[in-house]
Formats: sequence, structure tokens, C-alpha cells
Amino acid sequence: MLIKQLSVFIENREGRLLEVTDVLAKHDVNIVTLSLADTSEYGILRIIVSDPEKGREVLKEAGISAKFTEVIAVQVPNKSGELQHILKVVSDAGSNIEYMYVLSTGINSSVIVKVTDTLPVIEALKKSGVTMYTAEEVYRFQA
Amino acid sequence: MIWNETKECMSRDEIQTLQSARLVKMVNRVYHNVEFYRKKMQQMGLEPGDIQGIEDITKLPYTTKDDLRDNYPFGLFAVPESEIVRVHASSGTTGKATVVGYTRRDIEMWSECVARVLTMGGVGRNDKVQISYGYGLFTGGLGAHYGAENVGAMVIPLSTGNTKKQITLMEDFGVTTICCTPSYLMYLTEALEDAGKVDKIKLKSAICGAEPWTDGMRNEIERRLGITAYDIYGLSEILGPGVAGDCEHHTGLHVYEDHFVPEIIDPKTLQPVKEGTVGELVFTTITKEALPLFRYRTKDLTSISYDKCPCGRTMARLSRFQGRSDDMLIIRGVNVFPSQVEAALLELGGVTPNYLLVVDRINNLDTLEVQVEADDNFNFDEIRELENMTKKITRTLEQALGIAAHVKLVEPKTLARSEGKAKRVIDNRKLL
Ligand SMILES: [Zn+2]
Repeated sequence: MLIKQLSVFIENREGRLLEVTDVLAKHDVNIVTLSLADTSEYGILRIIVSDPEKGREVLKEAGISAKFTEVIAVQVPNKSGELQHILKVVSDAGSNIEYMYVLSTGINSSVIVKVTDTLPVIEALKKSGVTMYTAEEVYRFQA
Repeated sequence: MIWNETKECMSRDEIQTLQSARLVKMVNRVYHNVEFYRKKMQQMGLEPGDIQGIEDITKLPYTTKDDLRDNYPFGLFAVPESEIVRVHASSGTTGKATVVGYTRRDIEMWSECVARVLTMGGVGRNDKVQISYGYGLFTGGLGAHYGAENVGAMVIPLSTGNTKKQITLMEDFGVTTICCTPSYLMYLTEALEDAGKVDKIKLKSAICGAEPWTDGMRNEIERRLGITAYDIYGLSEILGPGVAGDCEHHTGLHVYEDHFVPEIIDPKTLQPVKEGTVGELVFTTITKEALPLFRYRTKDLTSISYDKCPCGRTMARLSRFQGRSDDMLIIRGVNVFPSQVEAALLELGGVTPNYLLVVDRINNLDTLEVQVEADDNFNFDEIRELENMTKKITRTLEQALGIAAHVKLVEPKTLARSEGKAKRVIDNRKLL
């Protein structure tokens, strides 16, 4: 259930984001989903790719530092109250959500979630009947 | 091991006696052979006979880099050109280059001084020494090269650049010592780490010089490479590398006072300062044949102490360099040395000691931006952490410098690495 996300620190300068996506595309590393958090001077690009190890390696060769961060991919059925339910489970497990962003998976929505304490949250979500994607499933998604 | 115990461990009395005899001889020789100094002494009403011993050194006129430039190329040489066996020159970024010359005996003395420094750094005949200073007009490469040959080491003259090859030969040859600038060693450290070669090399020491560095940077390099790093000091006008060096106790740079007499002066009043006080370092050469200089102003800021070092050497020791009087930036009226920034960053951790100071003047107010590289090991997954880091650096720098700076985190390994002297400052102020 643990998904390896690549976190890339990038300065806010023209073309930098393009460089990152360029390197990945050139090496056939598919971007499954991404989110960009930024300030006026720099940003953090968070990406889920088809092959995290290879992704990190090719970025490093291009002089771009990427770190692995463990996240989970949670399915959110298209019904009211579902997201609220998930948030409560996380909170009851004693964890906080640090950030989340959408993973597009067809009819149902899913979210990539970074919590403070991943393993207990996975257990709690499982117990409460929430479905999560495995890493293999996530890396294979084609947008 | 001490290369030349007779000289390096003389008593203070013996040193002064030797210096007095050499100074008197040298003043006579210079007066008769160098028109520039003869005229200067005549203007001051000073005769060679007025210099009776080392205590009279303060009567001599100062020499500056401009004097060398004004007498470009060979005007200050004290021997006929036929006696010169080598010249070196400094890059003339501002105006003309300064040219320095050596007789055969000067080269021998130089090799002796470098051999003393290398021996202090534990280098001997069983060592393999990679010289990664530039060869050519710059004194670093050939200076270190001759000294390393003198101690009988196996010398690998790689010069600068081509880091991949440097690493390959370092591994293949089993290099034990490297001579290079501290900023290049830092660069090489990162390259070795990236290539996963740190455990594969046999390096045990580094002899670094040609630019100022801090104890923090030394410790950082020592820790990451598992080596001991030594300091070698010199300047081409006086000799090149080998004017001074530090021993395993790292108590300061031991100056070879049998060849160079150091003084510390107040750069404003030009008066000597009390022992232990920081001021501008001034050197008088007392054995150089080709280019003897009186009281050459180095612009380097340091202090001197004369007590004996635990290693047994008795010669004067220079403390860590505080910067150069001409590296000093005056920002909003406050004196700022780039080395202070480096020291503060190393103390902090989480960032690399690579930095760039950008000084500007906006609406008549000086601004200082400090660009700092996020450490490759720093976990930058959250904006909040990056912001905390930036705040921490800002606070630390403000305390260290006494002025507020705008801290800008930049991507790891994006600030220019230099294989020679590192460029740390961009001053965009348009001063009238
Ligand atoms: Zn010592």
C-alpha cells in the first residue's frame, strides 16, 4: 500500500518544471499524477511515476535532486460523506494529513494522501472498509 | 616528522639573530640592485646602514601589488635576467598581471618550504601525491609539484579540471594525498560521493591552499572523506604556496621565518599592532634572490603568535585568516566577510557550504541576498520545512553578520562550483 512519491525541490524559474517533465518523458517514465506546492521563490513538485527508482535515477543524472516520500492512494467513492469518513479514520488513528491531491482513476475519484504516520493509517483505513490502491496498481495507471 | 628540525625548531633568539643577519645583507643588495627601492629609501632619507638588525625592519618602506604592476614585468628583479630560471604571473583581472621571478636558489628554497609543509601533513616518500592545482603561470601547481618531489613522494601532476579523470586516477593509482584548493576539494568530495567512490580510494590527507577557508569547512571535508586536511599558505609575490602551513595540531600556520619575516599592521594607520591583534599581514623576504620585497602588504587579515607549538616548532604562527581587507564588503556600513557566511552555514547544517552573496543597492539602500544550496540529504517534501530552514538560516546569518540578509534557498548543486578560486560575491551596486 506504500506508494513512492518523488519530491523535487525546484526554484521558480522559467522552464524548470518543463525540464523535469522532459527528462522523465525522454526516459519513458510516465507521470501518473502530480501536484505543485509553491512559494514566490521555490516550489515542491510531487510526482507519482510509473517507475520511481528509475525516475529518481534519471533526474539525478540530469542534475535534479529528487527524494522519495511515502504516501498512500485512497479510493473515494463518488458519494457524499466518503471523504469526510476517510479524514475521520486518519484522525482517529492519531495521524495528520500533511497534504493530499487527486489521482484520476476513472469513474471513482481517488486521492494521494501524505499523513504523519503512514502504517497505522493504512491499517485503520483497511479496517474501516476504505479501499486503497497498491503501489503496482498506481504506477500502472495511465491518465 | 619534521623536515628541517635545525631551522623549524630554532630558539626565538636564534631566529632573530638569523633574521637580522639576513635582513642586513638583503637590504644592501636590494639598495644597490633595485632602482625602485633605492629611490624610495633615498626619499625617506634611509640608508642601508640604518638597518642594523631585525628590530629596524619597521623603518623600511611598504610594497603593494600596485608597485609590482607599475614595474611590470621585470622592474623589481634584483638579479640580471640571465639568472632567472622561472617566472610566474598572476591573472590580471584588474589591469596588468604581476610577474614574479625565481633564480635557481629561489626554486630550491621554495621546494624546501613546500617540503616542510608536506612533511607537517605527514607526507613522505611512500606517498602518492595528486597535484590538482593549476599548472602554468599560477604558482600552485609547480610549487606543490617541486615540494612533493623533494620529499620523495610519487607525484601525479593532474592540474585542474576533468574531475572524472581525477577520480579514476585517484582510485587506480591509490593516491594518498591531494593538493588543491579547498573549494575544489569540496567539489571533489561531492563527486566522489555521487560516484560511490569514497570507500574505494586510499586518500588519507589533503593539503589545501590558495583561498581562505574555515575550520567548519575543514571538519566537513575531513568527516565526509575520512581524511586529515592541512592548510598551506602562500602568495606568488612572496613565493607561492609554502610560505606557511599548519601541523597536525591545527594551531595556526607556521611561517618559515628563516625566509620570510611576518608583521601585522593596522591597515588604516599602517602602524604595527600588538601581538595577538588582528590586522593586515605584511611580509619581508630575507633570502629571495630574484624578487626580494620589503614589507609586502598581503591584504590578508590575521594575527600572529610566537609561542611554541605542541609539535615542537618554534616559528611564528598565523591564526585562521579572517578574510582579505579587499574581500571585505561594506554593506549598510557594516563590514562583512564572505568567510563569516561560510562559517555560519557550516555550523547550521542542512545546507551545503556553497553560497553566493548578491549585493545590490535599491532605493539607496544596500541589500544583501544570500543564496544557499539545500543539502542533497535534506528532506524537502514540505514547504513548511523549507520555510523553517530559511528562517533558521536568516536568523543565524543576522547574528553572525550583524545585518539582515534575504536568504534564498536554491536547488542542490546549482551554485557554480569552481575548480580554481570560488566566486562567492556578486556586487551589483553602482558606486559613483
Ligand atoms: Zn605545530
